[in-house]
Amino acid sequence: MSADFLYGIEVVINGLMAGVMYALVALGFVLIFKASGIFNFAQGVMALFAALTLVGIMEGQIPFAHLINATFGTEIHHFGWHVPALLAIAMTVGVMVLFAWAVQRFLFRHLVGQEPIILFMATIGLAYFLEGVGDLMWGSDIKTLALGLPQGGARWIEDATAGLGGDDFYGFFIDKLDIVATGVAIVLVTGLILFSQYTKHGRAMRAVADDHQAALSVGISLNFIWILVWSLAGFVALVAGIMWGAKSGVQFSLSLIALKALPVLMLGGFTSIPGAIVGGLIIGVGEKLFEYLIGPMVGGATENWFAYVLALLFLVFRPQGLFGEKIIERV
Amino acid sequence: MLYREAGDFKTSYVADSQTFPIAFDRYRYWVVLAVAFLVVPFFITDYTANALLLPFLIYSIAAIGLNILTGYAGQVSLGTGGFMAVGAYACYKLMTAFPDVNILIHVILAGGITAAVGTAFGLPSLRIKGFYLAVATLAAQFFLVWLFNKVSWFYNYSASGQINAPERTVLGVAVTGPNTPAWASYLVCLVFVTACALIARNLTRGALGRQWMAIRDMDIAAEIIGVNPLKAKLTAFAVSSFFVGISGALFFAVYLGAVEVGEAFGINKSFLVLFMIIIGGLGSIFGAFAGAAFLVCLPVVLKLIGVDLLGWPTDLVAHFQLVIVGLLIMFFLVKEPHGLAQLWRLAKEKLRLWPFPH
Amino acid sequence: MKDMTESYVTEDGRTIGDVMLDLRNITLRFGGVEAIKDISFDIREGEIRAIIGPNGAGKSSMLNVISGFYIPQEGEVWFHGRKRPQMKPYQVARQGIARTFQNIALFEGMTVLDNIMTGRLNYTKSGMLAQAIWKGKAEREETENREKVERVIDFLEIQAIRKTPVGRLPYGLKKRVELARALAADPKLLLLDEPMAGMNVEEKEDMSRFILDVNDEFGTTIALIEHDMGVVMDLSDRVVVMDYGKKIGDGTPDDVRNNQAVIDAYLGVAHDD
Repeated sequence: MSADFLYGIEVVINGLMAGVMYALVALGFVLIFKASGIFNFAQGVMALFAALTLVGIMEGQIPFAHLINATFGTEIHHFGWHVPALLAIAMTVGVMVLFAWAVQRFLFRHLVGQEPIILFMATIGLAYFLEGVGDLMWGSDIKTLALGLPQGGARWIEDATAGLGGDDFYGFFIDKLDIVATGVAIVLVTGLILFSQYTKHGRAMRAVADDHQAALSVGISLNFIWILVWSLAGFVALVAGIMWGAKSGVQFSLSLIALKALPVLMLGGFTSIPGAIVGGLIIGVGEKLFEYLIGPMVGGATENWFAYVLALLFLVFRPQGLFGEKIIERV
Repeated sequence: MLYREAGDFKTSYVADSQTFPIAFDRYRYWVVLAVAFLVVPFFITDYTANALLLPFLIYSIAAIGLNILTGYAGQVSLGTGGFMAVGAYACYKLMTAFPDVNILIHVILAGGITAAVGTAFGLPSLRIKGFYLAVATLAAQFFLVWLFNKVSWFYNYSASGQINAPERTVLGVAVTGPNTPAWASYLVCLVFVTACALIARNLTRGALGRQWMAIRDMDIAAEIIGVNPLKAKLTAFAVSSFFVGISGALFFAVYLGAVEVGEAFGINKSFLVLFMIIIGGLGSIFGAFAGAAFLVCLPVVLKLIGVDLLGWPTDLVAHFQLVIVGLLIMFFLVKEPHGLAQLWRLAKEKLRLWPFPH
Repeated sequence: MKDMTESYVTEDGRTIGDVMLDLRNITLRFGGVEAIKDISFDIREGEIRAIIGPNGAGKSSMLNVISGFYIPQEGEVWFHGRKRPQMKPYQVARQGIARTFQNIALFEGMTVLDNIMTGRLNYTKSGMLAQAIWKGKAEREETENREKVERVIDFLEIQAIRKTPVGRLPYGLKKRVELARALAADPKLLLLDEPMAGMNVEEKEDMSRFILDVNDEFGTTIALIEHDMGVVMDLSDRVVVMDYGKKIGDGTPDDVRNNQAVIDAYLGVAHDD
């Protein structure tokens, strides 16, 4: 096999890994959209916020230290302790649940019955708000997330595959972190499916997704379910934030990368968990391959737009997405 | 009593469908125009022009444009920044390719080019609706910014990748370039704002506006009563992009003078203009002005309070700004989806009765 | 039984003309479900034609076929003696077919006046530039349309709510505004989908009067779907009865009333209260 072809395969594999990351974020969107019809633009910022909070708690940062210092002329930054990773994660989950409750209580409770596009714009406002709060609480400097996740290329894969090509081929380079992320994603998806299939709350969640009115009439609390899905989405955001953050640092661009989950959803459909995963993989592989094959001809950095344009073209020909059913319009 | 509409009778349908059917509003409109054209230019300073007036006027045009698309025709776009970039780069290419042609014509042509590009990106709106379309317009945003960044023809192969507005004059006075007096750039923008607002008002109160609103409110019913959805949506995209392109051209040529595409026309610009129309009021020309004024003044006021008064560092104030804007967006969507314009209408209804509310 | 091929004059003195709309062997399917099975009937100029049938019989689908919103898999639509090619709903509207909807389809964000003015959109010829300047042809057209609309407003007695946003109106008035919008288009054929659903007796009487007046004064041909048997029998010249997507009866109210298949399928059931 020629080296070029093998490098192409490497690109595909790396694309699949990146796709897993997109799928992780997209999963959060699907959860909320299914249960409440809200297209949550803030999902990316939630991932950023969760990661910021996690770093802040682990390192014992004082929340709003920047603000307090500016107001009172103090010089405080840290409590002076470090919180173990697992405990910090648990605390962050707590923060995200609190956030879910607040969003439900102060925002969406007042928007019940509004048009989807209004809800969508409200989540854009929510995204700005949350980003501002995150910056105020923890500062806007780039942070490193030191959870002790493995970093760097997986040497054994490289060594094991080096023999496949000629002298120009040094084996597949695959980031260990991506392998971990894939594993985590598989566990997360399995967990979510088990949760929604076999637990009481999971079944209630699916009932709500099917029909709000009917769910209400059999005694399911919509409010509780919505807080539940926002909490779950917060948890998924945290996982995505950890993975992305460990890869490229916890910083604002994280919420922009998460925007890529949107085209993923447009491909996969907004209500389908398998759709989110397949869509994520298609986008991941597609943009890496496009950049590898076409990128050098047009000046590179095509990853900025490829996903959106692909989704756009796709939608024009199949508006209902990959897994959606054709909609019959009525008057 | 301060604000009257009783006793203001109409004897013709023309009089009834005019822009300001109430005499009081009409007088105020003429007063505002007179002050803007005849008084402000004599008192303008570089600071007030650059910090407040120019961005206000230019964003007003963009907001009017987006409001036509989103507020009137119901098609949400997150590509405003990208379309402003088209206007800016079109204007730049025209300015440098035809230096003898009047800059005002270039700005209008830039609007026309943007209208063509906007229409092309509007084509998918026939198949996709709602937030699907919103996400699809992100394709325009990211693709256009990438294009102007990567294809050096657009910035005349300059080493910095920036575009710089050369000096151009109107009636012998520089309106672009470093030697432009503040009042000249102000007047240029003001002329465009006035013209754009009038055109927008005429289009939205007439047949085309009704087609747009019909599509917005119920697209299927609109088609069945005879609205061609293709035509309605594409004209909305075209007119909207025309305005947005003009604002982009002015933003680059008259206001900033030098532009780097990712910085000036990134995704945040799209959100900024969207927020202006949400806060100002969807489906209202006045709302576009109100929203633009609000979001142009907000950072200035916050800086005054935060940095100058409280002595906070600027980044802290910037974070606060995010929080406040986010809160405002949510507040308006929850409490008053028709934005400041509706608050203004309510205030007028109160004023009409004041001081005798019964 | 009247001669159905020649034009004739009804008992109350209206002239019923030639066939205006002829539906031939229409079949409409959604996936595997047949909503309309091989239905043929015609609508003649100047008549009031009713389509009745139990819920789910395919009546609304039939109207949607006529207004071009659904495209039948089989069958032909003939309009004014010519076979209608496949066209978009807005093109159908431009041929002079206007309609109202079962679940009111007004433009909620606009005033009553603007809603009715949308009915005149097909008569707007001025271009975008003329409209942008608001002078000459554009202004003249606007005024002409407004005059026409004001006549409709007078006719339906809704002067007082002209400038009210539609969203604030009660149900009965909304129905009337919707009729006004359809009338503003000066239709040759007016389709009414349950114009009296959800109305009280008084409102039904008003609406019946409007329908008769429209037919009488403007000579507009009307096809309507209605559940209230009394209204249907009083208003219409001829009635089509549908059940499970099939036509089970067609003729004058008296014919239909005495048709055994119709009684079994519909009247007997509907009138057991």
